[in-house]
Amino acid sequence: MADVPGTARCVVIGAGIVGNSLVHHLARLGWRDIVQLDQGPLPNPGGSTGHASNFIFLTDHSREITDLTLDSVAQYKELGVFTESGGFEVARTEERMEELRRRMSSAKAWGIEAEMVSPEFVQEKVPFLDKDQIVGAFWQPGVGVVDSLRAGTIMREGAVAAGALTTVPNVEVVGLDVEDGRIRRVRTDKGDIEAEYVVIACGVWSPKIGDMAGVSIPLTPAVHQMISVGPCPQLAGQQGEISFPIVRDMDTYCYERQHGADMEVGSYAHRAILMAPEDIPTIEQSKLSPTELPFTEEDFDPQLEQAYELMPELLGADGAEIRYAINGLLSLTCDGAPILGESHVKGLWTASAVWVKEGPGVGRAVAEWMTQGWSEIDVAHSDIARFHEHQKRREHTRLRTTESFIKTYGIIHPNEQYESDRNQRKAPMYDSQEKLGAFFFETAGWERPHWYESNADLVEQYGEAVMPREHEWDSRWWSPIINAEHLRMREAAGVIDLTAFQVFDIEGEGALESVQQTCVAQCDVAVGKVIYTPVLDANGGFRSDLTVMRLGDTHYRVVTGGAHGPADRQWFGDHLVGEATLTERTDDVATIGLWGPKARDILASLTDADVSNEGFPMLSCREIQVATAGGAVTVLASRISYVGELGWELYVAFEDAAALWDALLATGDTHGTRPMGIGVYGTTGRIEKGYRAYGFELDAERSIVEAGMQRPKVKAADFVGRDAYLAQREASPKTVLCTLTVEDHTSASGVKRYMLGGEPILTRDGGTLTDGHGHHPYVTTAGSAPSLGKHVLLAYLPPEQAEIGTELAVSYMEELYPVVVRSVDATALFDPSNERMR
Amino acid sequence: MILTLVETDLEGAATEVSLEAVTFARDLSAAGNGVPVDAVVIGDVSEELRGDLAAYGVRTVHQVGGDDVAAYSGAGWASAILTVREAAGSVVVLAAGTDRGNELMAHVATRAGASMAANVLTFSGLAPFVVTRQVVGGAALEEMNLHQRPAVFTVAGHAVEAKPADVAGAAEVVAHSPTIAPEDLVARVVSTAEPAPDESGALTAAKVVVGAGRGVGGAEKFDDVLELTGLLGGALGVSRVVTSAGWRPHHEQVGQTGSRISPDLYVPCGISGAIQHWAGCSSAKTILAINSDAEAPMVTRATYAVIGDLHEIVPAINAEIRRRGYVG
Amino acid sequence: MASVGVLVCVKRVPDITEEVALTEDGQSVDGRRAGFTMSAHEECAVELAVQVAGGSDGEATVLTIGDADAVEQLRNALAVGCTAATHVVGEPFAFGPADVAREIAAVVRDHESAGRSHDLVLLGNDAADSGDFQVGIRLAYELGRPVVNGASTVAVEDTPEGPVVVAVGEGPEGQETYRMPLPAVVTIREGGVEPRYPSVPGRLKAKKIPIEERQPTAEPAGASRVRMTLPPPTPSAVQILGEGPEAAPAVVDVLEKLGVLTPGKVAP
Repeated sequence: MADVPGTARCVVIGAGIVGNSLVHHLARLGWRDIVQLDQGPLPNPGGSTGHASNFIFLTDHSREITDLTLDSVAQYKELGVFTESGGFEVARTEERMEELRRRMSSAKAWGIEAEMVSPEFVQEKVPFLDKDQIVGAFWQPGVGVVDSLRAGTIMREGAVAAGALTTVPNVEVVGLDVEDGRIRRVRTDKGDIEAEYVVIACGVWSPKIGDMAGVSIPLTPAVHQMISVGPCPQLAGQQGEISFPIVRDMDTYCYERQHGADMEVGSYAHRAILMAPEDIPTIEQSKLSPTELPFTEEDFDPQLEQAYELMPELLGADGAEIRYAINGLLSLTCDGAPILGESHVKGLWTASAVWVKEGPGVGRAVAEWMTQGWSEIDVAHSDIARFHEHQKRREHTRLRTTESFIKTYGIIHPNEQYESDRNQRKAPMYDSQEKLGAFFFETAGWERPHWYESNADLVEQYGEAVMPREHEWDSRWWSPIINAEHLRMREAAGVIDLTAFQVFDIEGEGALESVQQTCVAQCDVAVGKVIYTPVLDANGGFRSDLTVMRLGDTHYRVVTGGAHGPADRQWFGDHLVGEATLTERTDDVATIGLWGPKARDILASLTDADVSNEGFPMLSCREIQVATAGGAVTVLASRISYVGELGWELYVAFEDAAALWDALLATGDTHGTRPMGIGVYGTTGRIEKGYRAYGFELDAERSIVEAGMQRPKVKAADFVGRDAYLAQREASPKTVLCTLTVEDHTSASGVKRYMLGGEPILTRDGGTLTDGHGHHPYVTTAGSAPSLGKHVLLAYLPPEQAEIGTELAVSYMEELYPVVVRSVDATALFDPSNERMR
Repeated sequence: MILTLVETDLEGAATEVSLEAVTFARDLSAAGNGVPVDAVVIGDVSEELRGDLAAYGVRTVHQVGGDDVAAYSGAGWASAILTVREAAGSVVVLAAGTDRGNELMAHVATRAGASMAANVLTFSGLAPFVVTRQVVGGAALEEMNLHQRPAVFTVAGHAVEAKPADVAGAAEVVAHSPTIAPEDLVARVVSTAEPAPDESGALTAAKVVVGAGRGVGGAEKFDDVLELTGLLGGALGVSRVVTSAGWRPHHEQVGQTGSRISPDLYVPCGISGAIQHWAGCSSAKTILAINSDAEAPMVTRATYAVIGDLHEIVPAINAEIRRRGYVG
Repeated sequence: MASVGVLVCVKRVPDITEEVALTEDGQSVDGRRAGFTMSAHEECAVELAVQVAGGSDGEATVLTIGDADAVEQLRNALAVGCTAATHVVGEPFAFGPADVAREIAAVVRDHESAGRSHDLVLLGNDAADSGDFQVGIRLAYELGRPVVNGASTVAVEDTPEGPVVVAVGEGPEGQETYRMPLPAVVTIREGGVEPRYPSVPGRLKAKKIPIEERQPTAEPAGASRVRMTLPPPTPSAVQILGEGPEAAPAVVDVLEKLGVLTPGKVAP
């Protein structure tokens, strides 16, 4: 048994699939002096990897998760531990068939071989399945099973053989020492290790270890029930561990996976059974392992019945017995994504809430990220920095995972909102919004009006121009009021709550240098200028796009989207230069947007300040006094627009925000102004203008050039990603972000259908397109453009298709709809010369 | 008076655990103003047995004989013990915590309207008479108040060391031939088969036991441990995992629901040491564990241990034994 | 053969493997983490009950005394072939062996007067937690029936005098056979029979069988338990002889020291 070394460059805590993949990739990337710890014995220390069902379905609606899965499969194959079995997701209902068609869309978008098949096709491959129970299936021949323990052992032992790694099993981490914001030491029951880097990769125990350093790793251990029935005579004599495709019975939230002569039945249908990490039994207290808890039959019984319905002859065969049944623990998070990356404690990383299907991909991505600051697969949605304070509460994780567990195999609408643990953050004008019938969506914990029922009268008024949607799925979490609000904004003006913006100040002698080296755009501008800028990683991929205001010689204010705000704050904080401080302002500053042709009239009637185009030009900001019922309030006005109209973002102290809101609405009323929701700001207004959004069009795998956002010049000052960006400018783009319009919405049934995003773009006859990265085009944003009377799609296309007028098709629910390329750069379809913003 | 049931082996000698029970009774006597310790033996009392019991300080040996007790019956034998108890006026009746001892004391207690404490380790007071006994296969203890008279209990194996008394007893033999009611003879042994040489009798009596657990890995992988068993002239004992998996027959199982062994040397190979198993082997004098997990309870509780793969270690030990000129 | 009604009595006990935890009041073992089961003896008793009853078209009834959660053990027995179940609801640790015997006897009598005879009552030899070794015997006296303790197999044979129970178990002098008429009580030790696992249809059927629920007939007198405690952990004094096959000479040195090796007749 190896002793615990006194020092290490990097300590990896955990020897499950994640820890093992990570040490392998770190060693491959040249890291040495790595120490891997686990509280349990090898090769199966008793975590979730040890009892995983080990099958891998390839297609997820999330590109990030799918890419991690595909990379993992490639790695498992290379290790020789992958057995291809094929897999079905079967539907018992027409509603599920629609969802499976949507999966087909994702499969095409992510380049996965897949097919919609008949019950007969399923039964031919899985003869013991009762085809009369199902109406169809989604078939992926590339689905398979892996030996995750074996894979982990090979990877770990490879790192040991390379002289990079010392693994110490049976050692318990009892503390993490943080000094000056950096990790210094791992304390164990067998001695302390001084370390430069520490990675918490111990799955369901990660929160407990994170707490030792004051780092929240908000995952919860949750039970997934699994039984094994056998030996089944129908399966006897099959060679190897799997010879029949795996069946996911999506409507009953079950899967059936053959394992030798046994059939494993797993369930996600039971109530969410969650646990605190501290309550997980020790190895000594456990009958099987700490993550294989006693089976609770009553939770499983309904699923057993449904499984029996589907495979009566197999599961009811003579001699087939339930020989193994567990409540297996796995990790869940509030948003379903893993938790990866460096915490606010420097040098302390985590790779947690990762399942076997993503393990090796995550290992590679995190190792790359630790080595070079970025990873080939963008894992921004999994960044630990994404969590807001309210999300770090255990209660939040508990409530959200309780709500989402049952949706593991559920049909989840892309815009679906959570119901639990809402109302965490409210704008000062929340009461007014509620009275106006706001339909709230949640962003970063904020309750944000998506549209206002009080504007329902406008729908009548605008008639067909609001582009009503007749299909329930297309109109779920949507309202024609959004389009009515949009039209009213273009006609008069709209007032919108943008309080969810993350706002922070960079101040001090080093402020200029700090923002200069973080932002692509020139930040050495006059005080009072507003800068819109991409933020890149060292590889020239997008970290963010945001606005920066120069409020003083040594004072900048950064304003970014709420959802991605904490990650941006961490990024800026990590790149402060010289004497500079970062101060969070989000909870002090409320933001109200005022846009539309009447915006200037409205603001002018409330202020003495010169708000003319000359007096207050585009991309400038300054403090003005605005009259409200309670007296004048100080407002930082910033003349920019994300909706293509004249107007301002008005930043105001929290306590003054409600008064300002009321004043704008009251004054605006005489001009036909209405409150408008984020539906306009986030979708309709922006796509008419071709504005890109981080997380949709922009991510770390995309470049400024591909997004069509390059400016004629690159500033001389250095910034993160500059070299990469300069190189990108020299090369011809491998893919081009284009704006397309849908030419005909009529489906085979005659119902008009409206895409929601994520759909594959194909040739007119359904042929596959492939860009220079080997990716297939898909819709990054879809939405109504009411002022154009068109449904607009944004998508990256291969350069050869990126020509205005190119006729293509979008596949929606397995039907093709004609589309035409309308713009191949950032040129707006609506008001391309930006006349209206003057 | 304290009445101790003394069980005898096939040769008619007192079993070790019965002598432990007598020793326990003597300790109890010493704490209780020296009330006499009597023994009850069902069957013949040889001169050697009488001598041994005298050495253990027994005052009177109650020898129960007659056709009604020739074959075992729980109710019949208990009836006989109670006849003795009434005749001698004992306030305590105890036996060793063997299967038979526990069974007979359960009958005695029920018939006498008293409680029964199984597997007692110690007593902590006489008034009230509080005993501490093993529960959960020895993994936990229970204090129990034995307030009725007679106080009926059994003594856990190796709770005390069997020790002759400083002053020998008279061990006067008093013969009893009680008449047993017919209803107490209904459940009676009608035949006894000789134990097969490889059955559990050999296991419980073995001086050396080689243990095999989950770590062996399969029914076809026992050659090495069986060879070691042969070389040590011992018996094979296995964990419950092994019999549940069908790798070995149940009579080889050591544990709470198998045999309880007390060999001089126990060599558990690939056995982690769950309570179920530990309950059956904790009386071994020396344990030499072979296990891949240095943290396994069996290893931490052992006298000696070797860490690693038993399929590499056991053949090496076998070879070393042969190299040094020992054969099984 | 006439049908034989069998009653098998099981107890929900903590499924402990390595570390025991006690409840705060020291009155029972805390099984919340380890989970719960019935003892191996009782699993065999259930199997024998199903075999004996099934072989004679009789009813195999499973009984437990326990809290609401103990229904799980009843369902498990139903899933492997028991056909009826009775649940005496009570906190199991409040019941001493005599209380349990009295309650079982009451069930047997009540069922008998309702026309359901439990000709053979099977129990485990001893409970995995409380280890009292006496409930079956006390029950036999309550019912005035003969009892065989610690049998590993049990069968009912038809004879001219009526059905006879043949119970076989290990005794100190070898395998002992008992023969006795019905009705009778037998306690079972693990080893003579392989308990089956539930099948899927068995499990589904078990769900649908109604469970008779009853209250205890009397306030339990208790187990005379003062408290339970855990033995102090014994510090490890293990001497590690080495790692891997290289340790073999050190092992044989120890074996020599212990004197467990017989010098061979042939030179090495």
